[in-house]
Amino acid sequence: MKTIDWKTAIRNGLVGGVIALYFSMIGMVEAFSGRNLIGDFFNMGHLLLFGGVLAAGILTARAHKEASVGINAFSSLVAGLAAGIPTTLLILLANNVELQSVFVSVNRTLLALLTFERGMSGLGLFFLATSLIALAGGLYDSLPGVYKRTLGLSLSVVVVVAVFSNIVTQIMTTLFGRPSVRLILDGDALKPLSAAVLFVVLTGIFILREQRRVKAEKLVASGAAAIESKRASLQRQVILFVGIGILLLIAPYVLGSFLSQVLFEVGRFVLLGLGLNIVVGYAGLLDLGYVAFFAFGAYTMGILTTTGPLNQGGGLFNFWLALPIVVLVSVFFGIMLGFPVLRMRGDYLAIVTLGFGEIIRILALSDWLRPIMGGAQGVLAIPSPVFFGIKLDSPEKMYYLVLAGALLVAFVSIRLRDSRLGRQWMAMREDEDVAEAMGINLVQTKLLAFAIGAGFSGLGGAIFAARLGNIFPHSFNLLISINALSLIIVGGLGSIPGVIVGAIALVGLPELLREFQEYRLLMYGILLIVMMLNRPEGFLPAEVFKRELHAEEAELPGAEA
Amino acid sequence: MAMLEVKDIHTYYGNIHALKGVSLEVNQGEIVTLIGANGAGKTTTLRTISGLLKPRQGSISLNGEDLHKYPAHELVYKGIAMVPEGRGVFSKMSVQENLEMGAYHRNDKAAILSDMDYIFGLFPRLKERRRQVSGTLSGGEQQMLATGRALMSRPTLLLMDEPSMGLAPILVEGIFDTIEAINKEGTTVLLVEQNALMALSIAHRGYVLQTGQMVLTDNAEKLKKNEMVQKAYLGID
Repeated sequence: MKTIDWKTAIRNGLVGGVIALYFSMIGMVEAFSGRNLIGDFFNMGHLLLFGGVLAAGILTARAHKEASVGINAFSSLVAGLAAGIPTTLLILLANNVELQSVFVSVNRTLLALLTFERGMSGLGLFFLATSLIALAGGLYDSLPGVYKRTLGLSLSVVVVVAVFSNIVTQIMTTLFGRPSVRLILDGDALKPLSAAVLFVVLTGIFILREQRRVKAEKLVASGAAAIESKRASLQRQVILFVGIGILLLIAPYVLGSFLSQVLFEVGRFVLLGLGLNIVVGYAGLLDLGYVAFFAFGAYTMGILTTTGPLNQGGGLFNFWLALPIVVLVSVFFGIMLGFPVLRMRGDYLAIVTLGFGEIIRILALSDWLRPIMGGAQGVLAIPSPVFFGIKLDSPEKMYYLVLAGALLVAFVSIRLRDSRLGRQWMAMREDEDVAEAMGINLVQTKLLAFAIGAGFSGLGGAIFAARLGNIFPHSFNLLISINALSLIIVGGLGSIPGVIVGAIALVGLPELLREFQEYRLLMYGILLIVMMLNRPEGFLPAEVFKRELHAEEAELPGAEA
Repeated sequence: MAMLEVKDIHTYYGNIHALKGVSLEVNQGEIVTLIGANGAGKTTTLRTISGLLKPRQGSISLNGEDLHKYPAHELVYKGIAMVPEGRGVFSKMSVQENLEMGAYHRNDKAAILSDMDYIFGLFPRLKERRRQVSGTLSGGEQQMLATGRALMSRPTLLLMDEPSMGLAPILVEGIFDTIEAINKEGTTVLLVEQNALMALSIAHRGYVLQTGQMVLTDNAEKLKKNEMVQKAYLGID
């Protein structure tokens, strides 16, 4: 394209501008602006305000394929100017009309923020900012591939480090003591100098890596080092594996109590996600009442081991004795749910399981079962597990329990996926009738999926109960099922690494950003929509789903011609 | 005694009386075709025989053994295999994995491998694409795959539902040639078809189904010449 595509540039710019406007008007920009990222001039509010604008600049330049740098730059500049319009209109309007009675968040603080505290003369500044940022995006897109990848990557890493500076603080405090933190951080924000140093170092590393990769590719292309590189990649894998293992083992000591608790939460949802992954991902049975089995696990553990008012057996069971019973009970209820829904498919199954989940919660809340399950009071005083004399009563120690559980469940999941049963699930998911005609016993296959999924979830519930010490019916609401389902979809249906990534993204990150709790569901929704539009197969999809959604590239390597 | 004997079956979808007393026989080594218009009950008949639907009345027996007591997934052990309407390949599995699913109930690994070679001999296209995801195959290739998958169970009776559906005429001819070849090697075939002319040209005998009832049966040659069949199904005035 030789000339500038005005329509695309202006449309992209306006979209970027409307995103900024939207985040401003719902109060997010203001809420997030309190959190500095780098020095005191770049905060999380800016990220929201200008992220869309930057993307508009990049996308506009990208839309002008094979155009000169000048055209790229000019088109993104146009997009940047367009991006300034919606917010400027808001500022003008808010200065003349009382908007706050309708839009609560359009207040003086926000206006001061948007005009850089310069009143009406700040309007031009806002335009300047959007233009420059979009222009930067356009120029960035015109960079040669290597620099584009490395600069973009290291810039993102710097921002991510700044956003999660509390992790950095924690790690540095443990490793080098508290004073070291002040060297690079200023409160929660990175010092400008340390941000710059980090950026340069990262860019250097990434460029080196890129060069090594290019060299390695040349070697492979020449065919000389095929065997050598295979061994090297195996070696790398082993190193990676051991490295991750060590990191997982020492994590709680380095990360401290709060972050261990976050890890525990992630682990709990990994357990849930892996179980649900068997039901939904492998067997294709959409289960919206999955929290029920989590509740069975937690309540069974609670009732068997409590030393509180519901104690009946005189503390007969400890955690370890109760654990197998918990899993068996969950499996049993998994089968009990399975029977009535055997003949249901798709939407109907989803609705029935949804109802099932709610029934269990309401039963736990009911007066009828109060003598056993404690009603609204819940089950209190559930003792912490004791492991060879060590009482697992802190998040750091419970972390190991949930880690062990997650590893076990992940291992079982992998083995199941590659087993005959895994194939049965897969065939059933694709076409029940044909699977039956091939000789697959649908009743048995479905019940096994429900039973195993329920067992995993029950295990998660048991650990959850033992960690919290008290459980209440409201801990088992629909949102848990939705969370678990969202995380396996975002991570990649049917994929075990996907479940882990999904749990980190949907459970871990919100825990870390607790200060912005009220926007959690909004971000959740945005993430899900963006994922479904751009990457419906999830972050780390299982091979089979990738195949389906990218059918045109589906020819597998090594196909015999 | 006929190999497959269907006697007076009545099948319902809820309250809808879809099959109103259908009877048919298939003898060992035959190709028998079931023709009829849309909604006549051809697919319902086939699904009832394969156990996916249960008749409220009537009996189905294979080699004298009543099939009523077996659930659908056990019929494959009795030697019945089905090529479903619309192919029904497992679209996310590769060609080879689909064929392996066909042999799901078997444990004789060596024989499974040699059977797969036989299928690849029958359909060389499938061999070329054995690692390709079957959802990306063309319609004709999917039909080959569904047929091959059914053959992987070493059936004595092959039920085929509309193998010509949605295929180009040249592909249809290929499929029908294959059906004849399979039959010559000893597999009995019950073929449901809308393309009555093609079906009657390879079948030994045929049945004509109309609104859930069997209205006519004869050998294929005679059916082709039958005035009613010519008018209604062959488009000859």
